[in-house]
Amino acid sequence: MVGAGEAVLFWCLAPVMVVAALGLVFARKAVHATLCVVFVMVCLAVLYVANEAPFLGIVQIVVYTGAVMMLFLFVIMLVGVDASDSLVETIRGQRLVGWLLGLGLGAVLVGVLTRVAFPEGVGLAEANEVTNPVGLARILFTDFVFGLEIVGILLVTAALAALTLTHKQRLVPRVGQKEMAASRVAGGGSLVPLPAPGVYAQRNAMDVPALDAQGRPITASVSRVLRIRGQERGAPVESEILGLDDSGAPGRLAGPARRDPADTTEEES
Amino acid sequence: MDLSNYLVLAAILFTIGAATVLLRRNAIIVFMGIELMLNASNLMFVTFARMHGDLTGQVVAFFVMVVAAAEVVVGLAIIVSIFRTRRSASVDDVNLLKN
Repeated sequence: MVGAGEAVLFWCLAPVMVVAALGLVFARKAVHATLCVVFVMVCLAVLYVANEAPFLGIVQIVVYTGAVMMLFLFVIMLVGVDASDSLVETIRGQRLVGWLLGLGLGAVLVGVLTRVAFPEGVGLAEANEVTNPVGLARILFTDFVFGLEIVGILLVTAALAALTLTHKQRLVPRVGQKEMAASRVAGGGSLVPLPAPGVYAQRNAMDVPALDAQGRPITASVSRVLRIRGQERGAPVESEILGLDDSGAPGRLAGPARRDPADTTEEES
Repeated sequence: MDLSNYLVLAAILFTIGAATVLLRRNAIIVFMGIELMLNASNLMFVTFARMHGDLTGQVVAFFVMVVAAAEVVVGLAIIVSIFRTRRSASVDDVNLLKN
């Protein structure tokens, strides 16, 4: 039998855990499913502590919620968050059979567990006398030394396996800065950066093309995206700029004569 | 409340994990179903350890955790390398041996 406080804890956590675990079956997005499982893991850690296993509770938090589930989140980030389930059944009736098997397994397990008479709980007060980690360590380093070493080898092997599995072999030579520069020079075209938009024009907005020495707009100075979308504004072309010929001399169409800067200074003084 | 309530909760979580493996197509979610099953079995080990007053159950749960961590590393590496070559994380798309 367990105390009333633990019963309250159990009945608060257990339904929430089952609902969160069901989220794993029903969540449309992989990220939501992962967060549901993280919640279940944290609740399990609390239940471990309630079950007189504080060491395992902390290991559960550190290893499962801290390392494993975050690894899952990283992989979801790599694989693509929007990688959702396909709803096409490749094997006919597989979904129905899956549901039947799942419900059947649950019915069998719960039926067996509720019918068996379990012995009265002994409790771990005696075993945990020197604190739980010490008790665990005594068993781990006496009865299970060989298993512990095997598990250590397993961990190293797993790390190596992850390294070799995700290793990408380079099929083409690496393209560095030097190769990029050489190919750019060989390809011709502009070696210097493109002109910035709006320079020498009346405005310096992103969508106004710069004007060249002859006052003609330079189309390449406006971002390609804006040009494709058709959001490029026309350059503000003054009539007197239009009147200039290629050499810069005022042509026939020149507008009204500009005020001489000398005049203004005289008026002000 | 009896200690067997923990066992029933563990059985329900194990069932949900198994149903996830059977029903979902996304390899990562299937993998999380396996993790859920391992955790449910851990809860059972811990409960039995308390029921019998023997810490060996907790030691076994500890080993399960370590092996699960190693398994996650290898499994996720496999998923990532399959995704690199096939651009898909669905278990249905890995059917190279089918035809």
